[in-house]
Amino acid sequence: MSGLFDTQLLSVVVFVPAVFALLVLLFPKDEHGLIRVTSLVGMGVGLWVTGLLYARFDAHGPEFQQEVRVRWIDTLGASYHLGVDGLAVSLMLLTAVLGPLVVLASWDSVTHRTKEFHVALLVLQTAMLGALASMDLVLFYVFWEAMLVPMYLLIGVWGSEERQMAATKFFLYTLAGSLLMLVALLALYFIALPAPQRSFDYAAIYNSLLAATREVSLCQGRDPVGQCPGATPLALALLRYGPWMFAAFALAFAIKVPMFPLHTWLPDAHVQAPVAGSMILAGVMLKMGTFGFWRYAIPLFPVAARQLRPALAALAVTGIVYGAMMCLAQRDIKKLIAYSSVSHLGYCMLGMLALTTEGATGSAYQMLNHGVSTGALFLLFGMLYARRHTRLLSDYGGIAKVMPWFAALFLIITFSSIAVPGTNGFVGEFLVLLGTFKGTLPMVFGVLAASGVILGAAYMLWMVQRVFFGELTHRENLHLTDVTGRELATALPFVALVVVMGLSPQPFLERLAVSSEMFVARASFAQDSFHQSDEAVRMSVRPLPALPSPPLPAAPAPLPTADAMAPFKLGRPHPANLAVLPPERLLAAEPPPSRHGEEATP
Amino acid sequence: MLPVLNNADSLAYFWPEMILTAGAMGVFLFDLAVAKSPRRILWLTVASLGVLAAAALATSHVAGLSPTPIGLFNGLLVLDPWAVFFKYLSWAVTALAILIAGPSLEVASERMGEYCALLLAVAVGMSLMASSTDMLMMVIGVELVSMVSYALAGFKKHDRKSSEAALKYVVYGGVASGMMLFGMSYLYGLLGTTNLVGTAARMNAQAAMLAQAGVAASVAGAGRVAMVVAVVLVLSGVGYKIASVPWHMWCPDVYEGAPTPFTAFLSVGPKAAGFALAVRILYGAMSVSGGADLATAVADVPWPQVVGVIAGLTMTVGNFAALNQTNLKRMLAYSSIAHAGYILMGVAAASETGSQSVALYLVVYLFMNLGAFLVVGIVGRLSGSESIFEYRGLSARAPFAAVAFAVFLFSLTGLPPLAGFVGKFHLFKALVDRGGSWQITLAIVGLLNSAVSLYYYARIVKAMFLDKPHTEERIAVPASYNLLLGALVGLVLVFGVYFDGLRQLAGSSVVLFGHS
Repeated sequence: MSGLFDTQLLSVVVFVPAVFALLVLLFPKDEHGLIRVTSLVGMGVGLWVTGLLYARFDAHGPEFQQEVRVRWIDTLGASYHLGVDGLAVSLMLLTAVLGPLVVLASWDSVTHRTKEFHVALLVLQTAMLGALASMDLVLFYVFWEAMLVPMYLLIGVWGSEERQMAATKFFLYTLAGSLLMLVALLALYFIALPAPQRSFDYAAIYNSLLAATREVSLCQGRDPVGQCPGATPLALALLRYGPWMFAAFALAFAIKVPMFPLHTWLPDAHVQAPVAGSMILAGVMLKMGTFGFWRYAIPLFPVAARQLRPALAALAVTGIVYGAMMCLAQRDIKKLIAYSSVSHLGYCMLGMLALTTEGATGSAYQMLNHGVSTGALFLLFGMLYARRHTRLLSDYGGIAKVMPWFAALFLIITFSSIAVPGTNGFVGEFLVLLGTFKGTLPMVFGVLAASGVILGAAYMLWMVQRVFFGELTHRENLHLTDVTGRELATALPFVALVVVMGLSPQPFLERLAVSSEMFVARASFAQDSFHQSDEAVRMSVRPLPALPSPPLPAAPAPLPTADAMAPFKLGRPHPANLAVLPPERLLAAEPPPSRHGEEATP
Repeated sequence: MLPVLNNADSLAYFWPEMILTAGAMGVFLFDLAVAKSPRRILWLTVASLGVLAAAALATSHVAGLSPTPIGLFNGLLVLDPWAVFFKYLSWAVTALAILIAGPSLEVASERMGEYCALLLAVAVGMSLMASSTDMLMMVIGVELVSMVSYALAGFKKHDRKSSEAALKYVVYGGVASGMMLFGMSYLYGLLGTTNLVGTAARMNAQAAMLAQAGVAASVAGAGRVAMVVAVVLVLSGVGYKIASVPWHMWCPDVYEGAPTPFTAFLSVGPKAAGFALAVRILYGAMSVSGGADLATAVADVPWPQVVGVIAGLTMTVGNFAALNQTNLKRMLAYSSIAHAGYILMGVAAASETGSQSVALYLVVYLFMNLGAFLVVGIVGRLSGSESIFEYRGLSARAPFAAVAFAVFLFSLTGLPPLAGFVGKFHLFKALVDRGGSWQITLAIVGLLNSAVSLYYYARIVKAMFLDKPHTEERIAVPASYNLLLGALVGLVLVFGVYFDGLRQLAGSSVVLFGHS
């Protein structure tokens, strides 16, 4: 077991929920208690192994760690390749933390088709973790699409009255984006590498584009724009199709974020989804969009991204202000929280687009914060909704008198959401604003974003005031019970996270540091004012394991730790590095099917 | 050059077909023996599957006899990996169609013998289609498949729709066969032989002769036109079998009227045989190897472009017509038209990878499309309707069937990680690898079509999972059906994730005469 944990930890992390989903499938459908407990245990085990992964992640180590790479489809150049950088591992931790809490949150509220519900939750968990951990584009796309169906069912089957409309809207929006992304992925696959070396491996594709990106960047500066005598075919292809491919990726991710004006599916989806759906949607799924920008869209096409940067930043700021304004006008609490997500995710995008280390770190931290605070807001409101079955602000008022504990919890989370110093939100928003002012974006973006902070405080506190304080105007609210033990157990971890991440952000920020620096370096790659070498931004990952046909080193090699997996330069695998591959990995590799006798490294 | 055996020697390579022919007659007799048995259907199913298993064993035996392609019966047939691949595929489709016929109840027990025997005969026809190298043999293969299919389409004797289907099928089939024969007569006139081996060289010689000085320009032009017309007319026979535009009109009516197990068979089996034939005529005979992987059209007959246009039209017409269907069988009929269009992309690529992707897609298509028809058959039998109305809330009434149906539909759409994605990916890859502007355009048309198709597939999924059922009554799906569905779902999932083996199988089967 320990061997498995050393070499395949990431696979374990990703597939533990799926294994438990299979287990749940085997239970009779009327055993609600058994199903709930098993799912909770599954999520708990998932949290434990993800915690292990997070602890093992070396903040000062190489960029990608805990890599797992097994031969998969040689003929296409796709491999089963997992690996995490700082951002991915942090988001995976967030996902894993939300897992058990989501199961607890739907303990009482989901009573029909319990089995299907929990299977969907567990499958969704695997899909999200897998999308974050994939280093291969086919694998990434598979996990990305696999998120879609369970979430569609969560909203469409267990949601409230208008669930069908919301589920369909969610499905159509997301699918439209991901189909575009699929087209761009395929185009990338065909363009990036010449036929015999074609690969879906992200690092291989990224590295192959570096030289061409430099050429394209030079071309762009020239007059007339786009005249590139003597450019390589790859550079010409990138010059011609790069903006389109970036646009396709950006659209897919922007829908997921969601960025203004593609956000219209979000309020409906949030409002209609069950508590669990809202928590996952806000907590993790929206981050898939920002993560996609961070990992794929911007680094792959830095030139195109920089061209569109002012427009994207403007949309981000519009989202911040527009989301906040919409919050002020809402009468439906769930819708208010949903629009606050639009506003908060605007900060994540803005920080990223500032192209400064502070901005990027803040953006990454804000992704985690938003997962915690908005996940908690949906959770807490879910408790209220379970008691009163209304989402309208006007149906509440003075709740603090009958539910003091609940009010306290809600207030703490609200503080986190509006970034009161001492909570996690403050750290993130501060870094984002700092990064924006330090960066090259026009000052007005920073100013408008900062005004969003004030608006945020306004709508959240106004909401809290109308729900919790004042007179108890409604007779129905007189006899509401305060939080139960189980509810408290679900909410307290969020409160703890808010405080810990606010007061001691260092362990979290530290793991994001390398990731942020690399992101900024890659996003500014080949810009005049930055003079990185290609080597500085090149992605170094584990090479494809050799086919097992040549004789293996006879002596059992020591199992490598994360540190021992020193950065392997792609394209030039050192023979010594190949030799330290553990025997398990070599055995796990597929039989030698290659017709063309392709070699190990792409 | 292809080594050719005489009639007597060829028999040793003809075991599978001989076994099937004898088996088809044997099943008729066996039917009489078990006529009184209450388990008549079971016995007949077992016997027919036994015949098919024997044929499969014989196929593996004869495939091992000759490492290189070999001509049989003085060049009427050929035994090459391409033929062997499609023989296996034909046996598999036939076996599945027989397997699902019994429980479907659409085939009465006293007629099960006929049904099995006729299907075995179609299997022989499909095998002849896939392995013929002579135009006469091609016609015989196509006609054998068609004639028996007419009878099977009208199998529900007292059902008006079934009879109408059979009649439509006959009329369209007659016209298509006539056109194909007419085209073949042109080809024979131009080339002087009915044998396809070496057609490319002969066509090039013919074109060169026409281009020579001394041949009047009008004659040369007429000769070229004749060649193009001949090829297009021959294609129409194939196009009818695979239900491509504009020879698709029979498809929805026949699919709707025929008994569902046979519809499932029809949507895969004859289609696969048609594609085997198309690739053999076009890529095998009418192109020349140029470079390692590329083949080009010969004698100025622009067949890749023609096929490309047909492919684009077929998928577009199929998908758009499917959008408004409310009868599931009709919807799947239009979807299968669209799929013929997708597969034609692989033919239009006119390359080894293109042919390989055709073979690969047909295997994948076999599982997902048969699976989809299987569900329609079950629901149709147990609820008495094929309307989408019946599928509302199916996830509550028959959960496993609903999940399986969703998997098949998403696979038909081509979403990863399902087998349909793998198949489509290879078709697109084959086109993009050719890299010409019209190839890329066709690939984009294909992509857009996939997006369109999602609408009507997702509509069924939505009905099954989100809509309220009109009755709470559960549909009791027999265990045997669930088992079969589970197996097909498993295959669709496995091939979606691990498809290297399948790909290599398809790749190694692209050994046709003329290309080695």
